[in-house]
Amino acid sequence: MISVRSLSKRHGKREVLRNVTADVTKGETIAIVGPSGGGKSTLLRCLNYLEPFDDGTVEICGFTLGPKTPATTLREMRTRVGMVFQQFNLFPHLNAIDNITLAPRITKKEDKQKAEARALDLLEKVGLRDRATAFPYELSGGQQQRVAIARALAQQPDVMLFDEPTSALDPEMRDDVMEVMKNLSTGGMTMLVVTHEMQFAHDVASRVWVIDKGTIAEDGRPDQVVDEPKSDVAREFFARLRK
Amino acid sequence: MSQWYRAVVIRVVVLLWVSLALGLGCGHQDAAPDTTLAGIKQRGEITWGADLQGGEPYVYENPSNDKEITGFEVDIMDAVAKRLGVKARMVQYTWSTLVPSLERGDFDIVMNGLENTAERRDRILLSDPYYVYAETLTVRKGDPVRSIFELRGKRVGTLNQTVAHDILLMLPVEPLVYEDNDAPYKDLAIGREDAVLLDNIIADRYGCKDPALRCLPNDVARGTYVVGIRKGDVSLKKAIDAALADMRKSGELEQILRKYELWDDRQREADLGVGVTRPPRTFDLAMFWQFCQAAWVTLEISLAAFLLAVPLGMLLAIMRVYGNGFARAAARVYIEMFRGTPVLLQLFVLYYGISKLINLGPMEAAIIGLGLNYAAYEAEVYRGALLAIPRGQTEAARAMGMSPWQTLRHVMIPQALRLALPPMTNDFVSLLKDSSLVSVITVIELTKRMTIAAVDLRGWLVAGIACALFYLVLSFPLSELARRLERRLARDQRPITL
Repeated sequence: MISVRSLSKRHGKREVLRNVTADVTKGETIAIVGPSGGGKSTLLRCLNYLEPFDDGTVEICGFTLGPKTPATTLREMRTRVGMVFQQFNLFPHLNAIDNITLAPRITKKEDKQKAEARALDLLEKVGLRDRATAFPYELSGGQQQRVAIARALAQQPDVMLFDEPTSALDPEMRDDVMEVMKNLSTGGMTMLVVTHEMQFAHDVASRVWVIDKGTIAEDGRPDQVVDEPKSDVAREFFARLRK
Repeated sequence: MSQWYRAVVIRVVVLLWVSLALGLGCGHQDAAPDTTLAGIKQRGEITWGADLQGGEPYVYENPSNDKEITGFEVDIMDAVAKRLGVKARMVQYTWSTLVPSLERGDFDIVMNGLENTAERRDRILLSDPYYVYAETLTVRKGDPVRSIFELRGKRVGTLNQTVAHDILLMLPVEPLVYEDNDAPYKDLAIGREDAVLLDNIIADRYGCKDPALRCLPNDVARGTYVVGIRKGDVSLKKAIDAALADMRKSGELEQILRKYELWDDRQREADLGVGVTRPPRTFDLAMFWQFCQAAWVTLEISLAAFLLAVPLGMLLAIMRVYGNGFARAAARVYIEMFRGTPVLLQLFVLYYGISKLINLGPMEAAIIGLGLNYAAYEAEVYRGALLAIPRGQTEAARAMGMSPWQTLRHVMIPQALRLALPPMTNDFVSLLKDSSLVSVITVIELTKRMTIAAVDLRGWLVAGIACALFYLVLSFPLSELARRLERRLARDQRPITL
């Protein structure tokens, strides 16, 4: 489903990603963890080319991405890859259902009724069917993030990317969002999740990547990586979290 | 804002306007005591108001020495002052405000092609004449018109607040009102109007010499130029009349007029008075209707100009924020050019400057001129609004596979317009008032109607208040509409308590 080969990215002289190589197969849920500034979010954003990179290739859903990929190919790829942001980024001038139907209606020219029927199904899935006509400012942070997940799912993507989806939320709101993500994962969605939630990494993920200084320091099953980390970076990182 | 609060605000605004107008109006009412002549003698100087824009041969800057002011009226004034035993000094004022400025006491007398009319006789003292003029009709060569009575329904140009204008108002023609001598003839030559009626002095110099134009041989009317003196200054009038009589007797007046090639047989004839006398008007239903029509013109121009300014401004803002180097530079040049020069200048260039290339009608020129100008302001408002939208919005749209255009159309522009609504309302109200500038290109809108009415009513007070009320009536519903729109579109932007 995804294969990353020798991916490198520089910000001026600083190397943000160094020669990253990794593969993800269909149905996997990858938790991406590690100290801040290590390149977790950058790697995730390279996967749908929201962040351009200098060297290497990314293959995702059958599209090969690189600096010379034409804009139309990128747009087509992005309709197959959903993304959820830390700050939700809902469109404040549209209500929940319009936020969800906007992209399918304009990128796939889907008709209004069909798009709205599916949007209501998705809202049902995230437990917000009764808030379909609410505007973002009328929703709590947790509700907004669940609408954002429904919005990302509206184009029926093959892969979902989550960039710290619960970091901006209060603890009691995180559980609702986590619940939605867990259901998605067990439903067979291919997911990559940048997160600080060790519970999620441990219980839901099929694999955990520990990223530090632009490389994947450790890659393995959660019980191996979280409970018995092999690398110094991972040991130090999990030890600090447990304190 | 609750209903009663709004009503109070309106009442206070109106009251302020009325009291302001009354305060300004008071000065005009009482005739000054007869002290001006004594003051002149004491100072050793008589000041006279005139407008250099009237041009050759009245009062104008000497082409070979621009510090020196010359003209037949300068020579006559010098000769009059010599007889009073003082020096004369010209003071520059806009022609159409000469009489009110005289009444305010800004200078001692007016001498600038001031015609002897009933309105002026009512309002100020007028001296004996120093020149007999004729109203001359100018048409295009090849046009078989023989008299002004053949011009029914046609467009005839003239200057504001002249006898010629009064004559045109009594005829079944459509008068076009200009502010300078040259423009009416240029517009006649390119077909924007069918004839021009103006004093023979102006016609001879600016119109009859144009190979495309022809002046009719018969005078439409005759009148005289006189000196304007404040009411009450009876001894000053006597002194000036005596000086003029002496100049006539000694032949000095004839000499001066010959020097400027103004001497003709008309000067030998007795004072003919004026061909036209229009009685003063009151603010009646007909005048109210004229104000309504002018208000409609103002509204029409403002709305159309704004409809042009909004999309063009948005395009410029998008070019500046998202465009490549060339687009950014082009948008910046446009904005600096239109924001950095007076809109009045832009209107002149658009209407007169390029008339040989594109012959725009006055309404079109007004709408395009104001629209292009305001687009520059709107562009910066929208640029600020676009920059105020969080980056995450664009990222979300891109991550969903929207093209740049789709992102603009569905995500950025709707949000930018919400943010820009308060400054846009500001700009629209400002445009409503700036539309008064288009009177320089012959459009009669509210402010122009006010200045015309002020002459008919023999005072600025009533006309001024009426004009102010019309502007408020136009702008208030619009700001109210904007307020409601804001409430509907920007529900999440309500402030929280500080």
